[in-house]
Amino acid sequence: MFDTSNAKKLVEVRDLKMHFPIRSGLLRRVTGAVKAVDGVSFDIYEGETLGLVGESGCGKSTCGRAVLRLYEPTGGSIKLDGEEIAHAPFDKLRRLRPKMQMVFQDPQASLNPRMTVAGIIGEPLSEHSDMNAKARLERIYELMDAVGLNRDFANRYPHEFSGGQRQRIGIARALALNPKFIVCDEPIAALDVSIQAQVVNLLEELQAKLGLTYLFISHDLSMVRHIADRVAVMYLGKVAELAPRDGLYDEPLHPYTQALLSAVPEPDPTLHDEANRIILQGDVPSPANPPEGCNFCTRCPKVMDICRKIDPEFREVKPGRFVACHLYAEDTNQTAANAAEPVGA
Amino acid sequence: MPDGATPFVLDVKDLKTVFRTRGGEVHAVNDVSFTLKPGELLGVVGESGSGKSVTMMSLIRLLPMPPAEIRGGQVMFEGQDLARVPEETMRAIRGARIGMVFQDPMTSLNPVFTVGYQLMEPLRKHMGMDKRAAANRAVELLELVGIPDARRRLGDYPHQFSGGMRQRVMIAIALACDPKVLIADEPTTALDVTIQAQILELIKDLRQKLGMAIVWITHDLGVIAGIADRVMVMYGGQVVEQAPVRELFANPQHPYTRMLLETVPHIKGARAEKLRVIQGQPPILAKAPESCPFMARCPQAFDRCAAQNPARYDVGNGHDAACFWDFKTGAPRDV
Ligand SMILES: Nc1ncnc2c1ncn2[C@@H]1O[C@H](COP(=O)(O)OP(=O)(O)OP(=O)(O)O)[C@@H](O)[C@H]1O
Ligand SMILES: Nc1ncnc2c1ncn2[C@@H]1O[C@H](COP(=O)(O)OP(=O)(O)OP(=O)(O)O)[C@@H](O)[C@H]1O
Ligand code: SF4
Ligand code: SF4
Ligand SMILES: [Mg+2]
Ligand SMILES: [Mg+2]
Repeated sequence: MFDTSNAKKLVEVRDLKMHFPIRSGLLRRVTGAVKAVDGVSFDIYEGETLGLVGESGCGKSTCGRAVLRLYEPTGGSIKLDGEEIAHAPFDKLRRLRPKMQMVFQDPQASLNPRMTVAGIIGEPLSEHSDMNAKARLERIYELMDAVGLNRDFANRYPHEFSGGQRQRIGIARALALNPKFIVCDEPIAALDVSIQAQVVNLLEELQAKLGLTYLFISHDLSMVRHIADRVAVMYLGKVAELAPRDGLYDEPLHPYTQALLSAVPEPDPTLHDEANRIILQGDVPSPANPPEGCNFCTRCPKVMDICRKIDPEFREVKPGRFVACHLYAEDTNQTAANAAEPVGA
Repeated sequence: MPDGATPFVLDVKDLKTVFRTRGGEVHAVNDVSFTLKPGELLGVVGESGSGKSVTMMSLIRLLPMPPAEIRGGQVMFEGQDLARVPEETMRAIRGARIGMVFQDPMTSLNPVFTVGYQLMEPLRKHMGMDKRAAANRAVELLELVGIPDARRRLGDYPHQFSGGMRQRVMIAIALACDPKVLIADEPTTALDVTIQAQILELIKDLRQKLGMAIVWITHDLGVIAGIADRVMVMYGGQVVEQAPVRELFANPQHPYTRMLLETVPHIKGARAEKLRVIQGQPPILAKAPESCPFMARCPQAFDRCAAQNPARYDVGNGHDAACFWDFKTGAPRDV
């Protein structure tokens, strides 16, 4: 497993906030904010894959986009390779763009239907490099080889490809400028199970070959267990828990992580009988109006009085293991510690 | 058992559905046969385009015709062949004797009518209830599917409910007329896992209370493992394997099923360094198959597979597989 002890931090995110204004009334005045990402901190080490999981609307995509500066963040700091970019001006960003890229969920929607495959893959090269046409075509072929697309398809259009092949086109495009860091936002969610493995294996091979660093956003917890070195679990705009992969899956600490993992149905009928599922009641609150205190307090099976008043701090409770929960507060009393026993233990 | 009666609530034989499009024919469903016992939950898995939805839509005749054309087959339900009954009879069965739930509740619930109206309508139409009786039953149904404050919520519109609650409402509507069979097409695919877990618990609970038979379509092997009694695997418009759930997972006999089970990562237990890949793409269904539909992707394929489309061979334990290769003997099947 990935060793962080002597690895370099490629991405450092501190207290990142991305709030979207809510406008209402005739004058479209700002009357509130959707706190899509609300104070998130994590590091991504060079060469690792950080998985980012959580339910729909918890802020995963917004977080990934903000880290790439596709948004102007409301607050916080983002360092890429040591350079502060959270509020960097346009020309500095333009210089840094090639280092960081994105692969999107829906390969259909993210590719321009009127451009050929060569046009799509070559577009970033025309924008960010002064290669001549011949060198560019060479590079396009090289990229097509790298992602396993037949060179003969260079002049075809996206609709002539299957979903898995379209995702390969998206990956080839993301690789065009030799990035160091790629945000993969649900890159396999739109693909069939039998095709998902093809794309995930490709991402892993490219990582090994090119030393890439990934932020892998997904709601598929089993696939994240396969691909990620460390995993961050988001709930309602915040990171609830961040841990090395095996630690997180074997012994989740945060009550939300525990519930989330226990809700995943295993493809094995014999495991379902003994599954000790935690069924969460109710729905996720709106990020425009998050509850006071811990944002999970409305659904948490272990909620305490303090949880409804004070927002728990996100802190390292064991080496490499970060949790935002009062059960792990330094002054934890005995009852709270007992309540924190992992499920099925 | 009286003459002509069967132990099945639903008995489908050799169903064949073709779409006639400008680009040519699409043979979406090829000789699909299956049965459903009272109270049983049949899981249907298969990748996108394998014919899961079209099969179920064909048997309740809920397809646009044209372009769809049901070319053959028999669908026995309560002593009648649904492939042959007049449309009027079909209308009385659909949504009443056979309930339906679809993937996206937002497209199947009508946004301009209240949830109460949409629940009461089938009760008045199919069960002849008056307004008061229908309203009372609607409240009962919403309570049954776990919607709090049910009477007040009758007046709410679909957009006032969350995704999980809308799916509960859809289930309540499908259950309104006490159906014998419920067809659920990917009812939890659009939901988050914690909400999916709530719906799966609800279905288990309802099965015990109501005893209806269910056909549950999904591409999620985990969901199938959790709720199905029996599983039918579809590939290229055909049933390629069918078995009781434990038997299927423990002892898969079709190469597609075997590879599918190996390609999905697990949340617990050993973790494979590399995922098993099924190379290639699903078949194009331009004509009725003359060879095995899985041939192009099958590591086991041999000469016979190109010459013939395999029948479903009984392999024991209520289990059948449409494959010429016999994994038990490690040799071609002797038939
Ligand atoms: N441009 C925007 N303007 C206003 N609100 C937004 C915008 N983008 C996202 N949001 C809101 O921010 C919250 C987080 O959205 P986000 O897309 O980041 O979630 P997600 O975790 O990626 O969800 P999913 O799994 O469904 O993709 C949601 O409530 C969403 O509605
Ligand atoms: N209206 C239509 N016109 C033409 N072809 C159609 C039509 N509806 C479905 N098909 C084709 O029929 C085949 C079976 O489709 P079906 O919707 O049953 O697949 P499925 O197994 O339900 O897939 P999914 O998991 O994506 O829902 C596919 O090849 C599909 O393209
Ligand atoms: S802080 Fe309280 S409400 Fe929040 S997760 Fe921990 S125990 Fe639950
Ligand atoms: S019949 Fe032949 S090609 Fe088809 S699944 Fe069996 S071995 Fe493979
Ligand atoms: Mg997203
Ligand atoms: Mg379908």
